[in-house]
Amino acid sequence: MAQPGTRPVFAPWNDPEQKPLIQFKNVTKKFGDFVAIDDITLDIYRREFFALLGPSGCGKTTLMRMLAGFETPTSGTIMLDGVDIAPVPPNKRPVNMMFQSYALFPHLTVWDNIAFGLRRSDMPKDQIPTRVEEMLRLTRLEKFAKRKPHQISGGQRQRVALARSLAKAPKLLLLDEPLGALDKKLRQDTQFELMDIQEKTGTTFVIVTHDQEEAMTVASRVAVMDHGRMIQVDTPDRIYETPSSVYVADFIGDVNIIEGTVSDVTDDKVRIDWAEGQPKINGTIAGGLAKGTHVHYAIRPEKIAIATQPPTDRANVIEGTVHDIAYLGNISTYKVELAGGRMMKAQVANDRRIARREITWDDKVWLSFTDTAGVVLLN
Amino acid sequence: MNRRFSWFNATSLTLGFAFLYLPMLILVIYSFNASKLVTVWAGFSTKWYGELLTNEAFLSAAWVTLKVAVISSTVATVLGTMAAYVLVRAGRFTGRTLFSGMIYAPIVMPEVITGLAMLLLFISLGLDRGVTTIILAHITFTMCFVSVVVSSRLVTFDKSLEEAALDLGCTPFDAFKSVTLPIIAPAVVSGWLLAFTLSLDDLVISQFVAGPSSTTLPMKIFSAVRLGVSPEINALSTILISIVTVGVISASLISKRNIARQRADEQKALQL
Amino acid sequence: MNLRRLFLILTPYAWLLLFFLIPFVIVLKIALSDYAISIPPYTPTLDLSAGWEGLKSFLSELDGENFSFLASDALYYTAYLSSLKIALISTVLTLLVGYPIAYGMAQAPEEWRPTLMMLVILPFWTSFLIRVYSWIGILANEGFLNQFLMWTGIISEPLAIMNTQRAVYVGIVYSYLPFMILPIYAALEKLDGSLIEAAEDLGCSKASAFWLVTFPLSIPGVIAGCFLVFIPALGEFVIPSLLGGSDTLMIGKVLYEEFFSNRDWPVASAVAVVLLLILIVPIVLFQRNEQKQREANQ
Repeated sequence: MAQPGTRPVFAPWNDPEQKPLIQFKNVTKKFGDFVAIDDITLDIYRREFFALLGPSGCGKTTLMRMLAGFETPTSGTIMLDGVDIAPVPPNKRPVNMMFQSYALFPHLTVWDNIAFGLRRSDMPKDQIPTRVEEMLRLTRLEKFAKRKPHQISGGQRQRVALARSLAKAPKLLLLDEPLGALDKKLRQDTQFELMDIQEKTGTTFVIVTHDQEEAMTVASRVAVMDHGRMIQVDTPDRIYETPSSVYVADFIGDVNIIEGTVSDVTDDKVRIDWAEGQPKINGTIAGGLAKGTHVHYAIRPEKIAIATQPPTDRANVIEGTVHDIAYLGNISTYKVELAGGRMMKAQVANDRRIARREITWDDKVWLSFTDTAGVVLLN
Repeated sequence: MNRRFSWFNATSLTLGFAFLYLPMLILVIYSFNASKLVTVWAGFSTKWYGELLTNEAFLSAAWVTLKVAVISSTVATVLGTMAAYVLVRAGRFTGRTLFSGMIYAPIVMPEVITGLAMLLLFISLGLDRGVTTIILAHITFTMCFVSVVVSSRLVTFDKSLEEAALDLGCTPFDAFKSVTLPIIAPAVVSGWLLAFTLSLDDLVISQFVAGPSSTTLPMKIFSAVRLGVSPEINALSTILISIVTVGVISASLISKRNIARQRADEQKALQL
Repeated sequence: MNLRRLFLILTPYAWLLLFFLIPFVIVLKIALSDYAISIPPYTPTLDLSAGWEGLKSFLSELDGENFSFLASDALYYTAYLSSLKIALISTVLTLLVGYPIAYGMAQAPEEWRPTLMMLVILPFWTSFLIRVYSWIGILANEGFLNQFLMWTGIISEPLAIMNTQRAVYVGIVYSYLPFMILPIYAALEKLDGSLIEAAEDLGCSKASAFWLVTFPLSIPGVIAGCFLVFIPALGEFVIPSLLGGSDTLMIGKVLYEEFFSNRDWPVASAVAVVLLLILIVPIVLFQRNEQKQREANQ
């Protein structure tokens, strides 16, 4: 258990003693000739809030529907708690799903919607009302129990759907784009509410989303998918800071991608030759790299400083002129044109009022960043 | 559409609806005519209604028609709903094209052909022509209309509702009974009503498959009006027209009220 | 799961096979048989007890004689041609009557439209037979129309409409008018009003905006409506029987009389087969049009 005074880090995936709740073993799913899921192997642990992230058509929904039992894998096995769930029909699985459309039964009241699954479980009849009340309290819906789904607002419908799928206390809750139908403000509030409920109930959540911000906010781990493949499975901070591929770097957040070739390697330091007449980029690598390797250098705009005087203490300094400024309130993004016409973005937090900011259009500026600010990516 | 309701529009609507309703209006008015001569007005009278109610032949034909319509539309609703479910949900199976063809064909088939084909079948099966054969024939052609009505509702039915029911522990049958059926019920009811009306109305197919002892009301009317206009038929028509009018108007009032209620409910949701 | 699925598919499937498809096979078979004075009134009859040999001799006796008879007897091909002509003319007439009504409905204030819609559908629920019957009293020589026209002095002699083809046209237009109005109205109703405003903004007069924008966009509805009138009108039986006279030859009526009056089942069946073949063309075209509409809406 936890040491007094220190909070235990929740990272069962790093603990070889932990047994995963869900195991995908070489799972492939084809629809005719179309490969929706391409040989995926993946472990998800108890109490995790696991996000499947990717563009539409990447296979994330298919993966989730296989867990719910609405699709069967073409090959490979899916284990839940060490048991192969292929032969178990959806209505017998200890898994519940919150549908993207919420799929609330329009002819039933909120109360009856929540009780729907309980009435079809082994729960004794007299305990059902207590459980329903409990779920109504958890989702703050007590006042709306007697309403029909079309008599409540979108946010309330979302909470009914959540309460209904949690009522049977499933081992695993699947959430298919749960916040997709809500407007941005409500979505942000609901994200924290979801995390809160997940912690309170201790249920394992698997969420499907195409919204990277949402995945980063709620999840303990994020799996980035593309064309039926797992590209990277990691914690949100590692996905952002150390993407394993150009695809992930580009998909999550804003990034400058620079193509080049390795010209020098000394220990974990490399120099990348990227444009005629420009200083080489100094970067850091984890593994060995041969000279002459073709690489991509990915650096986030907020890791790049912008100044009107050339800085002297930074590993990388590049000269350019301000082409465009996007003012976003809390931050500003500067699009800087380098010699040769190439663009590079730098982001600065607006911690001063406008009048105090000195850089404007067509100014000559120097961009600078440290040798550990970006990542060197193969492919 | 750009709404500029002009004199031209008003005129075409007035003339159009006059064309649609005037013949029936004349029929209704002249059913209260005292004279046997149907085109000469000779004062108000309800005697033709009285005569109609004592006309054994008409009454028994009406009874046969009603019996046929109730039984055939009920069976047709069950079969048609099943067929609609198969069309929309069963996915691919061998003979699907033939199946959907057989669903749509009776709708566009001339009644003389359907009637002839059915009759030839009953003869080769050795079935005696009578009420049973009329019912079988009516089930067959009305179930196709039911399945078209129900399947157009099923197409827009959110499939995740059924999946949610399965996910929450329903067996497929339980999911159909407690989720799908209550939601598509209005379409099933209109399918039944359509089948009922079509059966009530059918002349040609019944004419082929009915035996000498089983005469339906349309057959009776047909043989009567071939001889010309009769005030009794006017009275009968008036009764049928009033039943339909009351039925359709109340159905549309109910649906109007439901829409109004739904609007009020949505308002309620917004005020929270 | 699979047993249930099988039951679900097989029940309606078996029903339709038995009561819809097999009857047509029988019609085809009898169409290839010969007329005989017996019960049933055709030969050969299939004797299943004779086994394979019986089937072979049965098949060898089938022939297309009835079809060559249809082609050689002027009664039948004139009946087909006149049915086609009547169906075509009445479809055009229905379009001319129906389009202004559908257009008027689409232009009417929004709160009227459900009521107007109900008024168009209401006759459809009323007995077809009664609606056709209601015209007998109007079109007869001493009927309301002639009485009215003579009273106004427009004519001095009653017009002979009843028992002519003109009465059949009136009957078809009247009976199938809702089928024409509804698809056209549906097409006009969803038309974006700003299109006409754009056309007028770009210099169209009201009339040319109608012909250049509104009408072309309503064509799918017009096509659907025309097929919905043409297809049933072609095989119509009740209207020519009640309103038409001896000069009105329609194939539905010919088939009926061939079967019931002449008791010539093989010829009646052959008439049905040919009518079906003629109908396949418009039915397939109609399905194509519908399919195209569905795809366009997606």
